[in-house]
Amino acid sequence: MNMAEAQRQGVTPEHVSGASSKLIVESVSKWFRTPRATVHALDGISMQVAAGEVVCLVGPSGCGKSTLLDIIAGLTKPDSGHVLADGQLVTGPGRQRLVVFQEPSLFPWLDVFGNVMFGLKLCPELTNGERREIAHRFLGLVGLEKFKRVHVHELSGGMKQRVALARALAADPQVLLMDEPFGALDAMTREHLYDDVQRIWRDSGKTIVFVTHNMREAVCLGDRVLLMSQAPGKIIQAFDIPLPRPRSIYDVELVGHAARIADALRGTVGGGVPE
Amino acid sequence: MRRIVVPSLFFLALLGIWGIAAGSGRWSPVLFPSPWSVAEYLWGALLDGTLVEAIFVTMKRLLAGYAIGLLIGLPLGLVTSSSQMLEDTVGALALGLQTLPSVCWVPLALLWFGQTEGAMLFVVVMGTVWSVIIATDHGARTIPPIYARAARTMGSRGLHLWTRVMLPASLPFLVSGMKQGWAFAWRSLMAAEIYVTILTGFGLGQLLHYGRELQAMDQVIGAMAMIVLIGSLADRILFSPWERFLHRRWGTNVE
Repeated sequence: MNMAEAQRQGVTPEHVSGASSKLIVESVSKWFRTPRATVHALDGISMQVAAGEVVCLVGPSGCGKSTLLDIIAGLTKPDSGHVLADGQLVTGPGRQRLVVFQEPSLFPWLDVFGNVMFGLKLCPELTNGERREIAHRFLGLVGLEKFKRVHVHELSGGMKQRVALARALAADPQVLLMDEPFGALDAMTREHLYDDVQRIWRDSGKTIVFVTHNMREAVCLGDRVLLMSQAPGKIIQAFDIPLPRPRSIYDVELVGHAARIADALRGTVGGGVPE
Repeated sequence: MRRIVVPSLFFLALLGIWGIAAGSGRWSPVLFPSPWSVAEYLWGALLDGTLVEAIFVTMKRLLAGYAIGLLIGLPLGLVTSSSQMLEDTVGALALGLQTLPSVCWVPLALLWFGQTEGAMLFVVVMGTVWSVIIATDHGARTIPPIYARAARTMGSRGLHLWTRVMLPASLPFLVSGMKQGWAFAWRSLMAAEIYVTILTGFGLGQLLHYGRELQAMDQVIGAMAMIVLIGSLADRILFSPWERFLHRRWGTNVE
């Protein structure tokens, strides 16, 4: 039995208080209607994420894991079920839950510094001086302070995702949602970013939901890995990853965990759901 | 340096061939004047004020028509890009009318407005507005939806989302819409000036037209040269700085 299940037993499904959990996803289902067909994307997903926890969602492509992240972010509305963040019903996007997307989402009309400032300018409680100070600090945190006046198109893919990470972190969200953020990067750059994410997580204690199809990436970053089935997406198995941090992607034990999850996934793709 | 020398030599050679051909005496100088007589005409027209006057009148008409075309076309293009219903109606209308060469508006304008400045303006606006709508609409459609999604998660919505995200994101397309509109406005105005013969102002197109009436070939060619010169200068002065700015920022090759 893992931690989440233990937590789940403390609350009744109909009446979720959410006191101990940062995020609660309650029987969320989603259908996509196109003129030719209706696709059942998510089928009754329930999950909880504790404050400061890193949860990785893995599954075959098309299993709806990005859709689930969109619903948590508030960018997509579920057809049934709901999401609670800090006990509040999520009705739309908000800066408490920032997303790092897979596609480059930096604004080309702003330079690197302007991009990090974009989210900060939407925080009315800060003064301009504080905003600049925070933007500098987070650019420094991802090692790009020297590049603050550079145009977005001049950055490499890895640098762009670092800036996107700094832009999301600077606005100090409660929850960081990462949608295959390193999927388009080369292996060497990815490994650097695993170190960055673990360091930032250690220092900031953010709650992170991380979507990926890479098992080793999931095991390297997650406290827990939730395995989703093919469409309609369901959470079919949860894995605790009790490895010490910081973790290396080459760690033998880590590879063992990843192999276990990959085996479980193969079982589902083959048809049966392994216990 | 090479990029200045080679084109200069090319154009000098063209002038040289023209000069030699005109000087050979094979063709009547009335129908085929030498470059010198065209230059002489332009110099004379510059000194007596005809040329400056004509350029001024033409630019005034062009800017008025162009401004109206943009004011109607840019917002309509943005709106049609975001609504399927408007795309199917206004967008289809724009697509249809854009195929109509602007000179085809002249008979209608003459019957509605007579030989007036209004007729001229009407032709320019009609020639401009449809192509601006189409270029802007097409551009706004290709804005990656990821920008709006990212901005919304950061708490941007409503007016902020439009002015800080959608507007700058559509800048490259607005500029290409404006450039397209400029080219069409310029062509329409020349058609209008040649066919709408009015006395309230004497533009470059009319200079061309009366050159034909008077069989003054040096005037015809001189006016044509001025039209080419102004057209390409406008492109350099009005649009090149914008395009360079966008090129630097977006990293796209717009030149």
